Amino acid sequence: MPYIPHTTDQVRRMLDVVGVDSMEALFENIPASMRPKSFDLPEGLSEDAVLNKLSAIADMNETGKASFLGAGFYDHFQPRAVRALVSRSEFYTAYTPYQAEASQGTLQAIFEFQTAICRLFEMDCANASAYDGGTAIFEACMMAIRKTKRSKIIIDEALSPIYRRMLDTMTSSLDIEAVIVPHANGTSDKAALAAAIDKDTAAVVVQNPNFFGVVEDFSDLAAVARENKALTIMSVYPVLASVLKTPGSMGADIVVGEGQSLGLPLSFGGPYLGLMTCTKALVRQLPGRIAGRTEDKQGRTGYVLTLQAREQHIRRAKATSNICSNQALCALMAHVQMCMLGPVGLRRQAVLSMELARYAQARLTAVHGVEMLNDAPYGNEFAITLPLPADKVVAALAQQGVAAGFPLGRYYKGLENALLVATTDKNTAEQIDRLAAGLKEAL
Amino acid sequence: MIPDDLLYTRTHEWLKQEGETALIGITHFAQEQLGDLTFIELPAPGDTIEAGEEMGTIESVKAASEIYAPVDGDVLEINEDLESSPELVNEDPYGEGWLIRIRPSGDLDDLLSPSEYADLVESETE
Repeated sequence: MPYIPHTTDQVRRMLDVVGVDSMEALFENIPASMRPKSFDLPEGLSEDAVLNKLSAIADMNETGKASFLGAGFYDHFQPRAVRALVSRSEFYTAYTPYQAEASQGTLQAIFEFQTAICRLFEMDCANASAYDGGTAIFEACMMAIRKTKRSKIIIDEALSPIYRRMLDTMTSSLDIEAVIVPHANGTSDKAALAAAIDKDTAAVVVQNPNFFGVVEDFSDLAAVARENKALTIMSVYPVLASVLKTPGSMGADIVVGEGQSLGLPLSFGGPYLGLMTCTKALVRQLPGRIAGRTEDKQGRTGYVLTLQAREQHIRRAKATSNICSNQALCALMAHVQMCMLGPVGLRRQAVLSMELARYAQARLTAVHGVEMLNDAPYGNEFAITLPLPADKVVAALAQQGVAAGFPLGRYYKGLENALLVATTDKNTAEQIDRLAAGLKEAL
Repeated sequence: MIPDDLLYTRTHEWLKQEGETALIGITHFAQEQLGDLTFIELPAPGDTIEAGEEMGTIESVKAASEIYAPVDGDVLEINEDLESSPELVNEDPYGEGWLIRIRPSGDLDDLLSPSEYADLVESETE
């Protein structure tokens, strides 16, 4: 059955009313050159046949591999209750929660999410989330440009290449000068970053841990930025933020992150969750929704979307940003995850992930020819160098049911033999032993 | 509420000459139209302003509006009390709620007299 309910007779009668004699004639005002030559669609199938076809494709997925893939996205344990709670229809089907009188539950959930993220990053203000970590970085740069009225952005090359590519794309038609400061063998070159900051700099953009998994302390850099009246934008991995020195205590002005690791599953590229926080001084530049807590005339607590005067439905062209949505359900998921784990659980998750990384490091570097890329401190992810191109080794290990890691040569020239290996609380010592054994065999 | 010792703009700012310098604010009519003010963004001392150009922003509970410079000039001082108490503009737009002090470098001839401004307000309220 085609999904067009009209019979040939009904179509002909409608054409008669309009006064044309065929569908072709109905569209003749559209020049032939602007019409698709073909929609290149296969013949229709029955619903059953489509289901069979799709499940056959789905069966080709190799699930259940031992995964050491990180590179910004991490497979952490999610308590089963998280999904059950966010699947409640009040949350699952909610649309725009603008109307405080009808959306107290959603607004309270957003407010609590913002509070949790602020505490995790030790920052003053958070928004209700952005689309993903990369969008959050772009919006953070725009905040800095508006606030400082300057247009130069200093970017650490150890910032995720995915984010750097997104920034490139999103700023390509804007008058922004981006200066990339090369990494130093997988560590952030903090001296060079500091030296690059000048009177025209709006912001310096760094990541902790950086893309190579290296844990950095950017306090001194943030101080140099402040001396030059530039802002420090830091992208952080939220699970590790529970144990590392917080970005707020390092003096960051805007802190963003990919919230996927807070209880969102890895599912072929999304949906993701952009976390976005700033100091109080910058809150009017913070894009997107912000839920606030207030009191009504009788003194009863109520939740509202606040600071609306920054937004495009009020300020039009002068709006802070044209983001007018957020990842509400994903933000709720992250919030429920944080509540289920609690601060202690979140730290345990981080510490376990880091302990497994140390076990993995010991096992992998014991394999002949495998070495650490550098000896910098790391969190739950580290880079090793191999005697062979890393993508070949990854392909070989995939045959053994192990996703060995992320080949760094894909984004960094000269690092073709380097492999980024991540562990989370979901990995086991047995999986790491399999990875080490597989690596030994592949080399 | 249109003091007769001030000059006015068509965009509802007022200017008060005080010797070599001048104070700038927004009128009673403007603050009434905006409603409760929540935030005021002003230029910084040392900045220059240009007649008719935007020199700041006023946010109220329902809108955000631009403040336009009545004349060319250099900003000498800003009303720092407004940072924590923007409601001063609602309460006393011609006194405690002044916005900035400038040294005018341009001509004041294009500004409206109190009676001209009264006509403008009348036409806008009709």
